[in-house]
Amino acid sequence: MENPTDINISRRNLLKAGAASATAFGTPAMSAAQNTAPPQSLKATVTLTVNGNTHELALDLRTSLLDALREHLHMTGTKKGCDHGQCGACTVLLDGKRINSCLTLAVMHDGQQITTIEGLGTPGALHPLQAAFVKHDGYQCGYCTPGQICSAVGMLDEAARGMPSHVTGSLNERPLLSPEEIRERMSGNICRCGAYANILDAIEDVAEGKA
Amino acid sequence: MRAFTYERPRTDAEAAASAAREPRARFIAGGTNLLDLMKIEVETPSHLIDVNGLDLDRIEPAGDGGLRIGAMVRNADLAAHETVRRDYEVLARALLAGASAQIRNRATTAGNLLQRTRCPYFYDTNQPCNKRVPGSGCSAIGGVTRQLAVIGGSQACIATHPSDMAVAMRVLDAKVETVRPDATRRVIPIADFYRLPGDTPHIETHLDAGELITAVVLPKPLGGKHFYRKVRDRASYAFALVSVAAVVQDDGAGRVALGGVAPQPWRDASAEAQLPDGAARVTDALLAGAAPTPDNAFKLTLARRALGAVLTQART
Repeated sequence: MENPTDINISRRNLLKAGAASATAFGTPAMSAAQNTAPPQSLKATVTLTVNGNTHELALDLRTSLLDALREHLHMTGTKKGCDHGQCGACTVLLDGKRINSCLTLAVMHDGQQITTIEGLGTPGALHPLQAAFVKHDGYQCGYCTPGQICSAVGMLDEAARGMPSHVTGSLNERPLLSPEEIRERMSGNICRCGAYANILDAIEDVAEGKA
Repeated sequence: MRAFTYERPRTDAEAAASAAREPRARFIAGGTNLLDLMKIEVETPSHLIDVNGLDLDRIEPAGDGGLRIGAMVRNADLAAHETVRRDYEVLARALLAGASAQIRNRATTAGNLLQRTRCPYFYDTNQPCNKRVPGSGCSAIGGVTRQLAVIGGSQACIATHPSDMAVAMRVLDAKVETVRPDATRRVIPIADFYRLPGDTPHIETHLDAGELITAVVLPKPLGGKHFYRKVRDRASYAFALVSVAAVVQDDGAGRVALGGVAPQPWRDASAEAQLPDGAARVTDALLAGAAPTPDNAFKLTLARRALGAVLTQART
């Protein structure tokens, strides 16, 4: 379990937090009477492990995981579409599971493993899903593609673990990845160019082991 | 987003005590609803209490043949759990009908129960909303109401509860276990968990200030056939216009709750007692006293037809 004292507090931030408490936010002021409460700060030092590399970042607590990746680590493969969890462009893998990086705070992931599109393959050695998207032209503008691919990686793992979906017939049988299953399981990723038919073909290829 | 402070408590009781010290604190679990609302400043907590590190993420047998689901169990993991798939299919189906796979991987059992309404006026900070700003008025009444409640609303609020999972929990008579800021624990039946809006629509549950959900307990399995039928504007990743959670036994008796029609999952014992007499009898009784608008009166017909489809399926 993570230790709350791992959150690094600088004196400056402490003072800033104190000022904010007294004005806009009504946070309990730092005082001897509050000594059981945790130190109050608006910033934290967060250790993120992204694609196997560990980074220590001093972040405003409000920083989403998405913004930490793009604005602080300058890994711009992960895209910001709606920033509200509706489009899926920001999909990354957190300890192997796909999530919307816009709907979580970086500070909540101290010490966890994050995989982004940059960690799946390289231009010289594409991930099978990247290769399949190229082969099937599974994009037009390409903006949703990193999210589509990260989501598909997570989706194939979920299916391999036997996780059911809304369209799975019997919940007591292992689901097979029919086109209907893939469409349902990928419904958290929107492609406004409408490349869905080719996205489906690309994912089917990998699901069937053809890629 | 407004600035906030942040902590990770070590125990559930510590989390509740901390929340009681700071009236504008919020617990954060998956964050999929709270952060969305914080970005548009509908939610403006001064302090976040991260409960992800608490040891509340297990699914285990409960004493009476039931199942205890830790508050932090993710929706995806709950839907995929072998016992839930086998013995509580209505719950697995409801979970799988909600949100997207990415969101289900983060959203938690307790957070799902506590998600806020999707009423468009609640989200629009330029318009009055009694749920967002108590006493400011309700823009939905007289506004665009297609998605909103047909029953259980008040002159102050006609928002619906958006959860699919909660409708299944209601039909299963789940119990909500909590810890309060003084470290005492209690159990709240799901039937007594939500509050109707009345003139205080901003107060949505019977939880005390700072009270933290620690688990949801399912009673022993009901048997029968389980259904969760959700009618929505898209085939996937959309909130319900109407949903039906039902457990139907071989003799035609059973249980039914509706989602998408009211400020909380909607169930009534005398209505479901009429299940053997057909869908119309049940929904007529269940929705007696409905006060739909011209925009959402279709939900009454839709509920009857959705339940009718479920009962037809139950007979096959």
